Amino acid sequence: MNSKKWDKVATAVLYAVALFIIVILFTLLAYILIQGLPHVTWHFLTSPAKAFTKGGGIGIQLFNSFYLLFLSMLISVPISIGAGIYLAEYAPKNWVTDLLRNAIEILSSLPSVVVGLFGFLVFVLQFGFGFSILSGALALTLFNLPLLTRNVEDSLEAVSFSQVEAGMGLGLSRWTTVLHIILPEALPGIITGMILGAGRVFGEAAALIYTAGQSAPALDFTNWNPFYIASPLNPMRPAETLAVHIWKINSEGIMPDATAVSAGSSAVLVLAVLLFNLAARVIGNRIYKKLTAE
Amino acid sequence: MDPIKESLLKTSKAAKKEKKGKLISEFCIALIIIAVVAIFYFVASKGLATFFTNKINLWDFLTKTDWNPGVKDSHGHPEVGALPMIVGSFGVTFLSAIVATPFAIGTAIFMTEISPKRGYRIMQPVTELLVGIPSVVYGFIGLSVVVPFIRRTFGGSGFGILSGTFVLFVMILPTVTSMSVDALKAVPRHYREASLALGATRWQTIYRVVLRAATPGILTGIVFGMARAFGEALAVQMVIGNAALLPKNLISPASTLTSVLTSGIGNTVMGSLQNNALWSLALLLLLMSLFFNLVVRWIGKRGAVK
Repeated sequence: MNSKKWDKVATAVLYAVALFIIVILFTLLAYILIQGLPHVTWHFLTSPAKAFTKGGGIGIQLFNSFYLLFLSMLISVPISIGAGIYLAEYAPKNWVTDLLRNAIEILSSLPSVVVGLFGFLVFVLQFGFGFSILSGALALTLFNLPLLTRNVEDSLEAVSFSQVEAGMGLGLSRWTTVLHIILPEALPGIITGMILGAGRVFGEAAALIYTAGQSAPALDFTNWNPFYIASPLNPMRPAETLAVHIWKINSEGIMPDATAVSAGSSAVLVLAVLLFNLAARVIGNRIYKKLTAE
Repeated sequence: MDPIKESLLKTSKAAKKEKKGKLISEFCIALIIIAVVAIFYFVASKGLATFFTNKINLWDFLTKTDWNPGVKDSHGHPEVGALPMIVGSFGVTFLSAIVATPFAIGTAIFMTEISPKRGYRIMQPVTELLVGIPSVVYGFIGLSVVVPFIRRTFGGSGFGILSGTFVLFVMILPTVTSMSVDALKAVPRHYREASLALGATRWQTIYRVVLRAATPGILTGIVFGMARAFGEALAVQMVIGNAALLPKNLISPASTLTSVLTSGIGNTVMGSLQNNALWSLALLLLLMSLFFNLVVRWIGKRGAVK
């Protein structure tokens, strides 16, 4: 066979490989949605889970997932913006900065189960927070921080240096320049990264099993006082999230409709993550257009 | 003192704000660093206790095959041989990397060389979506599709390293692909032009020029994929069978470091040997992820010299 034929064969194989990947993705999505969506009813989304009988829902788990996501973003967003600003604007070029960057890189490559175990040891036991939303949110923060920081740093670095010069030329301090000129321009990139990070956090379970716990006590949705024990807003209550719920019922669930519940929960989880991805794209574009008056 | 001199000598409002701002940003970075140091300190102090407090021989820990920390063997030593888990972890990691690499490189070549416009526009979101699917969902699909499939095809329970490999294959595929795409994109255009001008076909150019030039970057992607596979906990735990035995073959129930950790740590008492032994596994996991990091750095350095 000559080289021209080989070229044709290779091209065909590469097309086949790409097609294969697309088929995998669509099979996965179709499987999850076809298996899961029939179970997703209003009742399923709002009623509490049942341990031993059929017909349990995922209401509390769904709320826990969103609340935990909200709390962990509340903690990690400001820290990552501050750290990103430091790395992009203030960090001198020397070995200390290299060390900092390496440390962040290592944190981002740690297996999430190790982060979860650390959270268990420190937040749950040492700090005495117990299995709680707060412990979970802190563990998720550790899991999320390095990637968010990297994203903030990259977005800030992408802003042209002439903007910094312009700000400085006006007599503004570095901090003011960053806050009022660089940060707004980098905002679309930062927000896109934050939403993608939120999607990642939403599906995370390994870091939560031993921090936010594996039980979802009944909530009283009429009492929103955060200090009341059954209040949805109480950050000190144990809170099983949707992702943990799927894991839990598949490894030790004894309810008769475990497969149906996990199929439904998987569909909800995947839809939520798809929504986050879509939102990241749309919101990023929209803010960019608005800020640049395109 | 006259007011003008005074205002010139005093720190201005802007300078104060600047100082405060810098302090805030330094505080944030310090928090992250403290977290990293704390993770290493706590996991190491817990994980080393097995060897220093409980006097377990490190060599026995790494090479013995009986994992049953509560039970003592005939010599009166507790049975803490972590080899089955180590073998399981490395087994699924290498196998899934071997399976995923050809597909990932193929897809990456397709995206950058064969169909850089339309193909790229389609495959980019496809890989992003594969990354986005949560690992428990992969585990659930593994449990309800892959495990029964393997049970029907190869017999046995269906749980085992083979199922873990299938699940991890899909999970690391997008990681390796997107990093390979970056590596291929970084190959300068004139390499391709020179090769094509010599009369080489597109495949010859890809195979003999572009892939060779992109090798360090692709290797980095593979190592990242392996790191992800090694650290993945729940998806693997759901399909591997969780038997702390040395796997006889690819379809016998096995376990990995992460699977033993997730199922075990809640059932042991803090400070006991059973618990410390689990923390040693966590330390091993931590050290391995550090090792993968070093490998990436090493490849990067060697690739940069050329």
